[in-house]
Amino acid sequence: MVYSAMARERFGSEISATREAGLFKDERFIHSAQGAEIEVEFPAGSPTRKVINLCANNYLGLSSHPDVIEAAHEGLDSRGYGMSSVRFICGTQDIHRDLEEKLTAFLGTEDTVLFPSCMDANAGVFEAILGEEDVIIADRLVHASIIDGIRLSRAHQDSYKHSDMKHLEQKLELHQDKRFRLIVTDGVFSMDGDLAKLDEIVELAERHDAMIMLDDSHATGFIGRTGRGVHEHFGVVGRIDIVTTTLGKAMGGASGGCVSGRRELVELCRQRARPYLFSNAMPPVIVAAANTVVDLISRTTERRDKLERNARYWRAGLTEIGLDLRPGESPIVPVMLYNAKLAQDFSRDLFDEGIYAVGFFFPVVPKGQARIRTQLSAAHEKEHLDLGLAAFRKVGEKHGVLGLGKKEIIARFGD
Amino acid sequence: MADEMRDTVLEYVRNEYVDEDDDETELDYDTPLISGGIVDSFSMVSLKVFLERKYSIQIPDAKATPEAFDSVNKIVALVREYTG
Repeated sequence: MVYSAMARERFGSEISATREAGLFKDERFIHSAQGAEIEVEFPAGSPTRKVINLCANNYLGLSSHPDVIEAAHEGLDSRGYGMSSVRFICGTQDIHRDLEEKLTAFLGTEDTVLFPSCMDANAGVFEAILGEEDVIIADRLVHASIIDGIRLSRAHQDSYKHSDMKHLEQKLELHQDKRFRLIVTDGVFSMDGDLAKLDEIVELAERHDAMIMLDDSHATGFIGRTGRGVHEHFGVVGRIDIVTTTLGKAMGGASGGCVSGRRELVELCRQRARPYLFSNAMPPVIVAAANTVVDLISRTTERRDKLERNARYWRAGLTEIGLDLRPGESPIVPVMLYNAKLAQDFSRDLFDEGIYAVGFFFPVVPKGQARIRTQLSAAHEKEHLDLGLAAFRKVGEKHGVLGLGKKEIIARFGD
Repeated sequence: MADEMRDTVLEYVRNEYVDEDDDETELDYDTPLISGGIVDSFSMVSLKVFLERKYSIQIPDAKATPEAFDSVNKIVALVREYTG
């Protein structure tokens, strides 16, 4: 089949419709390494300018850490660039095994298998372990990759209202006729920054004979007293059956993810999970650097402690300015603006003030819940945060939103 | 009978999908449930189980489409096909 004029017009009109609906996503080109300060070319073709980055998942500031970069160089020199193979043919090096063992120890589980990304881990895990006799009961705000993974499995699918334990319990009772029940939740929900009520979920799971799968991508490395994750925060390490997480955020931020948990479930992923079986092994350079990341964060909690202090300072500062925040205790701090256009304008004005923080609106978040999602990093110094707060104050004043709550903002700008 | 069924289904949908503190979502017999973003396609399964148990029927999977579940009135029409 040729790519006809009709096809070009048809696909082109879909892109135009996306643009007209205000949903078109532009990339911004960064001319520096990832960090607290970055050199950004925006709009495309403009001269670059240095801005403070408040929207990276670089929670521990390890993306460009000298020890991590050195480990990556060493990995490249000693183990080469690519594996040219999937894991089970000739793609597993000693350093892959080391990383899986270190992650198992760090996460407090029985075994771990690496995936090219956590998106892949989530896409593969459900199909590998569950069948049509089983049911998956997911929080309604779980990450898109989990939704895709659930769709690929043959298990029955159900959901419960976000963090509503009464509703979850009703669903557990409803599905007592199934062979296995698997409760699925994010540890930290990426759009609101709130934590799953994991202690209550564990209690319900044990009472109603269910397993738990936790995606701790926005928690591994910094939530919990020693940064093990949301299960450490709630004192339920060892009682979670499956943890999926990423190396692409706090843990150096390159790429890679894993399924960690009960020995048999991890083994089934090695035998059956399609993104593991049919996608290349993680490259040695990333595996070597990730090994150093786990060593670094196992040795000291200095970086997660600094991140916690930064998040507290930032949240208190924005509250004092009079912005409307989602409550929470994670380094994800959403500034609620409700109206999509207001969020876009606010973000552009912040950029003019030297602050890089993007607006999120439908379909990434529900309609009428547009926001600027800010994310803190251990790479931020107090000076960065003070400059950020000054910019938020100035732009907030310009748009007249300081001191306003949800109703007042919607009354003025619409939803 | 039909009215009673409509109210039962509406009540179920309200309990199942609308948060207790949500005073903004308006729900009536013709409100688009799935295309309107109130019911996610995942939890359609529990709606189907609820209907089957409540009315002692079996709805074939092929009939339990997002379109057939898209409003209380459509759900009631579907259920009535099987209750006779």
